[in-house]
Amino acid sequence: MNLNEAQLLQAYRKMRQIRAFEDRVHDEFATGEIPGFVHLYAGEEASAVGFCMHLNDEDRIASTHRGHGHCIAKGVEIKGMMSEIYGRRNGTCAGKGGSMHIADLEKGMMGANGIVGAGPPLICGAGLAAKFRKNGGVAIAFVGDGGSNQGTTLESLNLATVWNLPCIFVAENNGYAESTGSKWSVSCENIADRAAAFGMPGVVVDGHDFFAVYEVAGEAIKRAREGGGPTLIECKLNRYYGHFEGDAQTYRGVDEVKKVKESKDCLMLFSKRVTEQGLLTQAQLDAIDKEVAAEIEASVAHAKSSAKPTSADLMTDVYVSYP
Amino acid sequence: MKEMTYRDALRLGLQESMQSDPTIVILGEEVGRYGGAYGVTKGLLHEFGEDWVRDTPISEEILVGAAVGAAMTGLRPVAELMYVDFITLAMDQLVNQAAKIRYMFGGQISVPMMLRSQGGTGRSAAAQHSQSLEAWVMHTPGLHLAMPADATDAYVLIKHALTLADPVIFLEHKGLYAQSFPFNPESAPPWGRAKISRSGNDCSIICYSRMVQRSLEAAAQLAELGVRVEVVDLRTLHPLDMETVTKSVRKTGRVLVVTEDCLTAGVSAELSARITEENFEYLEEPVLRMAGEDIPIPVAPALEAASVPTNESIKQSILKLMRKK
Repeated sequence: MNLNEAQLLQAYRKMRQIRAFEDRVHDEFATGEIPGFVHLYAGEEASAVGFCMHLNDEDRIASTHRGHGHCIAKGVEIKGMMSEIYGRRNGTCAGKGGSMHIADLEKGMMGANGIVGAGPPLICGAGLAAKFRKNGGVAIAFVGDGGSNQGTTLESLNLATVWNLPCIFVAENNGYAESTGSKWSVSCENIADRAAAFGMPGVVVDGHDFFAVYEVAGEAIKRAREGGGPTLIECKLNRYYGHFEGDAQTYRGVDEVKKVKESKDCLMLFSKRVTEQGLLTQAQLDAIDKEVAAEIEASVAHAKSSAKPTSADLMTDVYVSYP
Repeated sequence: MKEMTYRDALRLGLQESMQSDPTIVILGEEVGRYGGAYGVTKGLLHEFGEDWVRDTPISEEILVGAAVGAAMTGLRPVAELMYVDFITLAMDQLVNQAAKIRYMFGGQISVPMMLRSQGGTGRSAAAQHSQSLEAWVMHTPGLHLAMPADATDAYVLIKHALTLADPVIFLEHKGLYAQSFPFNPESAPPWGRAKISRSGNDCSIICYSRMVQRSLEAAAQLAELGVRVEVVDLRTLHPLDMETVTKSVRKTGRVLVVTEDCLTAGVSAELSARITEENFEYLEEPVLRMAGEDIPIPVAPALEAASVPTNESIKQSILKLMRKK
């Protein structure tokens, strides 16, 4: 493993930020102050961070409806995200997108997306643009197990090989497309098995294990940067909350999430490994936890006190050019 | 005056745009080696190379989706769908992605892409290769929509569209490609403005794309009967130049809207409603519509021809509007 202390601290901080952000949004949503639909990423942090730790702002990612984690991992500012989720004017998208559409193009984040399977076509385009720039840039699409069954994803896998694009397709298999089990809806044992049919490497990785994700991500990203073409990676992981906030989750076992949290929570596994190996101290991790808690608290206070969009904002930014 | 075919004018517009903007990349089924289903991109591969004139698999959804992603990250893609009928396969990319990205993301980015395609009847191409689907595009805020009726507009509109920051849907007509027209780009109005293709004081025909030609032919016949028809070519449906339309309507007081797309909930319905709302006190008669029949387009040539407005049916509608029959 080639991560130095600063990188390990960064990885832990990002995962903790995502967890704390999602736990807080879960609580705040219950108060009724957050408008619309919210889909939380808690439990899946190792995937977003394991990939995005390899990326710079020139690299692009496209996300899913469950996009908060990808945003934070890619460096989108937390305050702006929280404001956006509250529908405030100073949000990342001026309060017009909300939870399902957070994007920050300057950070290379091409958007969370309300359409399942929407990311892969976008990153084929971004991959093509990166290829023209000849700067080694890569583009990554995250999809869920549900998104892995969309035609867009399958067409993208084909095109990425045909055009030899610097693209990585990450299937985050959390076991459920909304409430439909992936064991039933995915036609093969592993989503990654489909890679062979499209002439690209396919890798299955334990999505709870940051270090495992970081390693396979690194290999695929390096290959893509060097012109070696696309890769399909399946992260097997679990989500801690429902499909959406308010989902009664009657389709899940009583102790299902509890067992995962106790046995393979990604933050727990990370902490255990770095402290046991003497790479970081518990005090360092505790300090980050404290800082992140304060940061999330401040982001909520900031969002709640921020101005809402006005009627003057309603008609703006449909077009750049108006007659 | 110089003459040019609609097809050559489109190609010239694309070629000159690519020469001046190195971010333009053409994507589509058989746009490269084959030169495009209707020959519009013929020769561009040779001039610009296969990186910039890229053949794609027959995967309409991903080819349009990739164009959206490329437009978000620094390129100006021109995606070509062989037939507008195939837009169904790419609809999510247009409607939920390209059209909404700017607004949904708070204005932080635009999507400078073009989708080129062609539609309409005239080749007995039957129900899945002959439709006029512009109403679906016009119904989606966030998209520009150009539908040139002649070679001059094919050229000036495609060139201007390729400088816009917004997504543009550029719909050509398969019945016009091989036709020659007077070619005079200096005479063309700016982007977003309609043009008066023929002046008249008795009634106005509002139309676009191939229906301009049919309306002009009907107007010439009507002139012999003493009816002076004004023909307004909209050129773009977004932006929609209601100013020019209104001026014509208030001059004549009688309006026929002619479109090739089908009648029900079609472009003619929108135009008719807008004209009525904005000019109610100026209308001598209710706004009339001539549009495609509400049927799948049949293959038998006589049936196909009867499924859309003809010179004769346009003429009869004007006579009805003028209460001369």
